[in-house]
Amino acid sequence: MDITEVPVSQYNKGKKKKTKTPKKKRVSGEGNVEGGGVETKEEQEEKMEKSEQAAAAFPPSFSVSEIKNKQRRHLMFMKFKQEKRKQKLQLKKKKKKEREALGDKAPPKEVPKTIENQRVYDETTVNPEDEEVAFDEGTDEFCSYFNGLTNPKVLITTSDRPRGRTVRFCEQLATVIPNAYVYYRRGLALKRVVPQCIARNFTYVMVVNEDRKVPNGLVLCHLPDGPTAHFKVSSVRLRKEMKRRGKEPTEHSPEVILNNFSTRLGHSIGRLFAALFPQDPQFVGRQVATFHNQRDFIFFRFHRYIFKNEKKVGIQELGPRFTLKLRSLQKGTFDSKFGEYEWVLKVTELRDTCTESFVSL
Amino acid sequence: MGDTSRLCSVWLGSETGILKGVSLSRKQAFNFCNTSHLSRDQEVRALCWGDPAESELLVGSVDGTVKTFSTEKGSFTETRRCGDPADGCFTGLAVLRGSALVSCVECGTLRVWKEDSSEPVTELSAGKNVCRMRQSPVHPHKVATGGKENGLKIWDLESPEKPVFTAKNLRDDWLDLRRPHWVRDMAFIPGTDKVVTCTGYHQVHVFDPSSPQRRPVLEVEYGEYPLTALSLTASGDTVVVGNTHGQIALLDLRKGLVRGCLKGLVGGVRGLQCHPSQPVVASCGLDRFLRIHSLEDRKLQHKVYLKSRLNCLLFSSRDLEEPAGEGGAQEVKEEEEGDEVWDSMERVEEKPKRKTTEEEEELQKKKSKKKKKN
Repeated sequence: MDITEVPVSQYNKGKKKKTKTPKKKRVSGEGNVEGGGVETKEEQEEKMEKSEQAAAAFPPSFSVSEIKNKQRRHLMFMKFKQEKRKQKLQLKKKKKKEREALGDKAPPKEVPKTIENQRVYDETTVNPEDEEVAFDEGTDEFCSYFNGLTNPKVLITTSDRPRGRTVRFCEQLATVIPNAYVYYRRGLALKRVVPQCIARNFTYVMVVNEDRKVPNGLVLCHLPDGPTAHFKVSSVRLRKEMKRRGKEPTEHSPEVILNNFSTRLGHSIGRLFAALFPQDPQFVGRQVATFHNQRDFIFFRFHRYIFKNEKKVGIQELGPRFTLKLRSLQKGTFDSKFGEYEWVLKVTELRDTCTESFVSL
Repeated sequence: MGDTSRLCSVWLGSETGILKGVSLSRKQAFNFCNTSHLSRDQEVRALCWGDPAESELLVGSVDGTVKTFSTEKGSFTETRRCGDPADGCFTGLAVLRGSALVSCVECGTLRVWKEDSSEPVTELSAGKNVCRMRQSPVHPHKVATGGKENGLKIWDLESPEKPVFTAKNLRDDWLDLRRPHWVRDMAFIPGTDKVVTCTGYHQVHVFDPSSPQRRPVLEVEYGEYPLTALSLTASGDTVVVGNTHGQIALLDLRKGLVRGCLKGLVGGVRGLQCHPSQPVVASCGLDRFLRIHSLEDRKLQHKVYLKSRLNCLLFSSRDLEEPAGEGGAQEVKEEEEGDEVWDSMERVEEKPKRKTTEEEEELQKKKSKKKKKN
């Protein structure tokens, strides 16, 4: 876009300059002939001012940043921007008119470039008819949950000595996930917590990490035999900080919506989230938890349906909301030293490949 | 099935129990399994060639059976029971001369099986928690074992009472604390007696049984995560190691330096093998991809998605890109012709280049002279 715009503006500048310079020359020529009279000089200045007021015109090699006076520079820059916007609007209008004139024959509108539609096709995208993947998923660590054999039971804890927002975040998470218990960490090692949890029939350990009193990490470990996912947590918004939120959530188990988990890795992460909640949602509660994946960021929202009449339905956000980004997926329960990783985010290698459209979920 | 299996140049065993063959020249992957009764019991843990001609593939699965796969027919021909599933899964399979089979399981029993007999001929215990058993390519009756808290042992299967070589643990560290050891994979260096191992504590060790020293003669550290797989290059002076984070590095065994890293992996490495004649290395692992890197420029050459987690991998010794079909052969010929053209061009290029520059200079000189004259 920039490449196309810049020459246009330069061209216009050049035009103005052309219209302006002959005037100058004429004036100076007259001045020379008359022998440098006082009147002519005044005229010249007046004309200069007029031309400047009429349009912010610069010689071609002149940039706004060269102006030393700050106020002046600011003024000129605003003018320059205005001019640019005007041109853009005009171009738009012109295009629209052309389209209308052509009517049905108009060429189809261009599809805007977004990161989503620029995505390179991922070969690991799961085909629902694929027998092998279906078998792999059917016999993985979550199969006992999806076959209805186990009921989720979640332990939520934090890093040592949680403060402020992290504590409240954990409490609110516990209201979102049914059958969740918040425990104080008491300085225990996670590797010791895990066997105790298995003995007490927990199916998940969730550890919220905090930095400078703000939650910034989440370890989600499925028990009894993995996998373990590590997420970055950002933009946490607690219930109190939300506008137009509903009343406190009820204890009904919510419906779960998982959006855009399409690749093989996405499927395993989706299953990891799905297994957090009881399998049969109580629709009486009208609550819905959404995990929406967009460009590898997983957005969590918690809503309640508001049925206005038979046809219309609205939603009301209950909170909290937060964003997750997968850092790693490890096979087995938490073991950061000797565990085998199924997927690790490698930022440096991504930078080398220079593909912004690289998406792995 | 037979047609497809003859094409394949890389064989992989997966966690879902499927044997996969990949033909790189056709860029195709094939599953050799009955998809109707898949089960996790069939998970492939070890692969090896049944005969030197590479027409039979031995597949060791978790339930303690060894299946024979014929690459000619493209189907499983034979199943034999080698040990109890309670002993743990296979850590290595090898073939001795005279079609005897060597198998090793996690609990450390190493058995030699003769054909058509359900009882092992020889049985020896290599200690607990064996992580890998490998056979020497030069002396097939020599095997090496090693595992967690179970140092490297080299056995001569003709005299199985005592190991030929037992490695000593590393010296205590500067705090006089015992250093744990955990051999994850090993390889015999061709041409010498030496054995190279990689450990779960991110070290690579070279042991030399011919010298009186039983501790490693060379120690290299790479990264900070457990090294899981290792493979020697054809020349034998470089070793390729991979770890649980999907980092693969080439280590020089002469000085113990990192030569370079191979990029592109996202999950832990389970299997690594260098091609016996070509400078390529194949890796597979938990990220469900087979990746083939060139050892020369360390670029990724092939990447194949195989849908299941992969446990082990085996190259066939023929050329990777050379397909069995006739059409392919012609293509190769054409490429060769192209090479010849390039070779000839290079020869022509080198000498005249200098000449042309000289000539140009001369011309310029002449021109300047002319100008002066004018």
